[in-house]
Amino acid sequence: MTRDEMNVLMGQLLDESLELEFEEFCRVCHASEAFVVELVAEGVIEPRGEERARWRFTGRSVRRTQVAIRLHQDLDVNLPGVALALDLLEEIQRLR
Amino acid sequence: MDFKDYYATLGVSREASADEIKRAYRKLARKYHPDVSKESDAEARFKELGEAYEVLKDPEKRTAYDQLGANWKAGQEFRPPPGAGARGFRYSSGGSPGGGPGGGEQFGEFSDFFETLFGRGGQAGDMGGGGPRGAQGFHFRQAGPSRGEDQQARVQISLEDAFRGASRTLELRAPDGGRRSIRVAIPRGVTEGQRIRLAGQGLPGFNGGPAGDLFLEVTFEPHPLFEAEGRNLLLTLPVTPWEAALGATLGVPTLGGRVDLKIPAGSQSGRRLRLKGRGLPGSPVGDQIVTLRIDTPPADSPEARGVYEEMRSKLPFNPRKDMGG
Repeated sequence: MTRDEMNVLMGQLLDESLELEFEEFCRVCHASEAFVVELVAEGVIEPRGEERARWRFTGRSVRRTQVAIRLHQDLDVNLPGVALALDLLEEIQRLR
Repeated sequence: MDFKDYYATLGVSREASADEIKRAYRKLARKYHPDVSKESDAEARFKELGEAYEVLKDPEKRTAYDQLGANWKAGQEFRPPPGAGARGFRYSSGGSPGGGPGGGEQFGEFSDFFETLFGRGGQAGDMGGGGPRGAQGFHFRQAGPSRGEDQQARVQISLEDAFRGASRTLELRAPDGGRRSIRVAIPRGVTEGQRIRLAGQGLPGFNGGPAGDLFLEVTFEPHPLFEAEGRNLLLTLPVTPWEAALGATLGVPTLGGRVDLKIPAGSQSGRRLRLKGRGLPGSPVGDQIVTLRIDTPPADSPEARGVYEEMRSKLPFNPRKDMGG
């Protein structure tokens, strides 16, 4: 297949305008609902909407949750530690 | 196939205790974790660490590995001894299916050396307990259908592509070790570091499960004129001393073409002027920030020297007066 014949795939831009519902968010992040609830309780991610049924998550939350899962699994960091690490990583990125 | 010295990978002796092995792994895992480390080979190193720890933390696997003997050197051509290897070692698999944030057992992608000794069944992680995983990602493996692993990739584009939108052909790793190509639309107004999710473009699922997703992280190629800061574009504009002092209207490049920019009289080097809405598109649209840099003409002719000397005699100007100079 030549370059021109190849179908162009349209992706989903994971930015701040994105709003994912709770169930979809868990699926995208490969995370259980219970784990996401813990991340919200710890302040690692902040959904829009008060009640769980109305939660909406942005692209930044997808990124933070995926990194949180990896840090939690790979380094056995607890959730307060994950929250701290994520904030520091974002600060380093901003300074760069 | 090359021999893997798992003790050397973790920097411990063959006599190291389980605690020493765990400490060494944790320390190196923090150093080389791909989400944390800026080392160029972090992903590969992290994967090696995960594989070494997978073997040495498990008494049965460690015993089996130790039976190969202490004379092997890392990188040495390895053939499994008769009666061992080729999945000949027997051990019980670890892991905790159903536990942890993802609710499934995961395993990393370990080396041929590992698979020769322990088989793919030897790869087991613990999603909730901090077990290692291959840095390249992981699969979920369970009896029923399970989703394929997500893939991560970077795509480097020019600022012009970010401004107008574009498409890119990407070569990706296929599960059989080969390559596959996809063509991806780069949305107009994407900014550096943003990610694009391509649903179902990750690795295939297991037992009829859906494919994983592909996550593309956008990076920008260096641009000869502009630097991006979010959706804002930064440009340094060289101006002459008389343009800065007297004011001028100058043609300035933007990604959308040249526009006129009024330089106010009395401008100094470093002054920042904003071209509203001339940055990357989006909501809100970015601006172009122009920083003036006054370039002085060389005094390399009698005429030029004369002008500078006239300025010296006629302009009572001391830029260092606040410094006591």
